[in-house]
Amino acid sequence: MSDNKKMTIIATKGTFDWAFPPFIIASTGVAMDKEVTIFFTFYGLNLLLKDTSKLRVSPMGNPAMPMKLPMGPKWLQKIDFGPKIPNIFWSLPFTEHLATYLMKKTMKKNGVAKLDELRAMCQEFDVKFIACEMTVDLFGYNKDDFIDGVEFAGAATYFDECDGSNHNLYM
Amino acid sequence: MADETLDASGLNCPLPILKTKKALSKMDTGKILDVISTDAGSVKDIEAFCNQTGNKLISTVEDGGKYVFTIEKA
Repeated sequence: MSDNKKMTIIATKGTFDWAFPPFIIASTGVAMDKEVTIFFTFYGLNLLLKDTSKLRVSPMGNPAMPMKLPMGPKWLQKIDFGPKIPNIFWSLPFTEHLATYLMKKTMKKNGVAKLDELRAMCQEFDVKFIACEMTVDLFGYNKDDFIDGVEFAGAATYFDECDGSNHNLYM
Repeated sequence: MADETLDASGLNCPLPILKTKKALSKMDTGKILDVISTDAGSVKDIEAFCNQTGNKLISTVEDGGKYVFTIEKA
């Protein structure tokens, strides 16, 4: 067993796809007996909203994203449309909705946990959620926009959480 | 013979680990948990999980894409 029991994550991204890594690493960390804190700042605050249904995948400017259909004939599912679709397409209305719908469908097919389910598991396992007070104010959020159990604090509190931690990840 | 069985078939990373943790936390020390998984990644992951948490991985059996892990709760 390891003596290094603490881990912190700074979560900065608020798109649907990037919402997963902090919650996956945090929940697995606590399952492996780490004490985990996530500090949500800037767009990462989206991950703490009560309503996460508005989070979208943004294929715009995301050139490495593979895009395969989760349905249809096998030969069609093998095609990676990612590099084939020009970036300008993703500036059209509702294309982000389409990409998000397809990603959710693919995740369901692959047995990936739902975002809210992963987040709830983090809370059940006592992952500490800290929302950056400065960016909460900056973006005009109300504290009741966020789920229960969130602490509001600043960068100094993050450093306090880092004390004794040797896994400090920026996502 | 296992005291408890957890069927994590069809679930992907990190759900088999999270469900294993949950199942073990409800059990007493020395009891045996069988975890069934179809996630190939869980072979390495369950081993790492046991390494870190001190629970004992007694055996791993693969049968046509299905894995059965037998774990003794520490």
